[in-house]
Amino acid sequence: MSEEAERGSELMEVQPHVNELRRFFKVFLGRPVVIFGAIIIIILLVCAAFPGWIAPHDPLKQDLKSVLLQPNNEHLLGTDALGRDLLSRIIFGARTAVMVGIVALGIAAVSGMILGLIAGYFGGITYAIIMRFIDALMAFPILLLALAIAALLGGGLVNVMIAIGIGMMSGYARVMCGQAISVRENDYVLAARSSGASNIRIMFRHVFPNCLPPMIVLMTMMIGMTILFEAGLSFLGIGIKEPTVAWGSLVNDGYKYLLIHPLLSVAPGIAIIVVVYAFNMVGDGVRDAIDPRLRGTL
Amino acid sequence: MGTYIIRRVIQMILVLLIVTVIVFLMVRLLPGDPILMYLTASDLEEITQEQVDVIRHDLGLDRPLLVQYFDWIGNVVTGDFGTSIIHRGKVGDDIKRRLPITLHLGGLAFIISIIVGIPMGVIAAVRRGTWLDSILTSLGNLGITIPVFWLGILLIYAFGLKLDWLPVFGYTSPFKDFGLNTQQIILPVFCLAVPPIASAVRLTRSSMLEVMRQDYIRTAWSKGLREQAVIMRHALKNGLIPVVTLKGISLATIVGGSVLVETVFSIPGMGRLAVEGLFSQDYSVVQAVILVVGTFVLFINLLIDLSYGWLDPRVRYG
Repeated sequence: MSEEAERGSELMEVQPHVNELRRFFKVFLGRPVVIFGAIIIIILLVCAAFPGWIAPHDPLKQDLKSVLLQPNNEHLLGTDALGRDLLSRIIFGARTAVMVGIVALGIAAVSGMILGLIAGYFGGITYAIIMRFIDALMAFPILLLALAIAALLGGGLVNVMIAIGIGMMSGYARVMCGQAISVRENDYVLAARSSGASNIRIMFRHVFPNCLPPMIVLMTMMIGMTILFEAGLSFLGIGIKEPTVAWGSLVNDGYKYLLIHPLLSVAPGIAIIVVVYAFNMVGDGVRDAIDPRLRGTL
Repeated sequence: MGTYIIRRVIQMILVLLIVTVIVFLMVRLLPGDPILMYLTASDLEEITQEQVDVIRHDLGLDRPLLVQYFDWIGNVVTGDFGTSIIHRGKVGDDIKRRLPITLHLGGLAFIISIIVGIPMGVIAAVRRGTWLDSILTSLGNLGITIPVFWLGILLIYAFGLKLDWLPVFGYTSPFKDFGLNTQQIILPVFCLAVPPIASAVRLTRSSMLEVMRQDYIRTAWSKGLREQAVIMRHALKNGLIPVVTLKGISLATIVGGSVLVETVFSIPGMGRLAVEGLFSQDYSVVQAVILVVGTFVLFINLLIDLSYGWLDPRVRYG
């Protein structure tokens, strides 16, 4: 379609071509809070990619001569009960948050979108079976479901990702299903079918790409929530074991020393809030830029 | 309305059936033989294969999966959730003791989230663009961001340890000591209520703004109605429709949050029970908690859906 539009503008000079990408960034970067969020996310990604370069100390190196130190020049946020540098541990925790956040989100989005696409495209009994299954999944609180799945699969970071992913997939399935139901009624789907395209081809070449915009919005808006779930599970001590550092487990470790050194619990929590806030703001920005009509529904 | 109710009830029964199958299979799909979980490690060393088979037969684990499922459902319906492998007591008794505690805290948080969150969202929408709107919107954005367990720890530090105003741990039955109970639940209920309040503010605000752009609101203004009448009579009823759905979801959020909040405040509720069951590998406990919670959430959501049909006639006939 865009090819034709370009050819048309060449021939008879109609309206100037509106650059979709430029429009997206104009709206997206229109609010300062979104820019702030984007900067935080860039810092987070750098921390997650190269924690060793940024962290002032080794996050695992114990120093029993300097335990529970208050903030000083050497240790900007002080040290924990084993003399490990808190700031370095928070920086290394970024990697766990980003990794679990992205992989769990990917699992949730891919499995949810495939189920929703199949349900919405075929309708009828397929729709009824899949969507009743999704309804059943939605009855379980995500954290409790993830906890039960983590219990089944056993600990480990990978299983936590799968657990959060399964817990969160119902939202994607629902939105995707609604999209697919409306998109499949379009004439181009009928055209594809009458030219002999298979169901699989129609589903993935014609229906799926046209369902994408709300899915992209939903995904960016859910990253923050995914990181919150990861923090909750690691706070409970599920999945993340030493020496892996996670923000939730840092909060839990510091809880024991609340009276002597409150920063041990408080600082990792602030890291969680800043990062989740940044993702939520960027998610809102992406939503407004892609489709303002979605405001309030997602 | 009659057929709508019947349709929704049948749908819920179907979903409930799937919920039970999921919960049943969850534990059955565990890697390893369930019989090995029943026997302790010390039993296992001096036991012969024949004895294992006898126990397997006694527990009914040698029968077809479908028979086992109906057997299990039959027990669950009568409140028998099996025996805990750790303390060898009835899991049903644990549930009976702990469910009221979570219902008490979660129910209060749920009600507070409605009576605080929705008016805040309406005010933000009506006063759009003012400082009041900015404050309420920022609070809403912050509230969906704060990890409840961290908020709990912060409150314990401030109100429990520093100011020494409130007790920070435990739960006493309100029938035993109402005053102490009230003091004990203030902080945890607040923690549980923050995320649903925040999401209610956000959704109510955007939904009200959407409604206030509609033609019938302009009509209401132009026929000279006062602001109060426009908002209360015309905008609110339509603006609240999506919020009703949200409250169904936030119920599950509150129960999920109680896993964390009960851990922070050492409250012996359902959430804590699930965590304890998980760590002692007592899967029958985890199974029972998730089944009870799932059923409860479904039931409340049915009620919410029915009220939705009452609020929005389009749903009834759709």
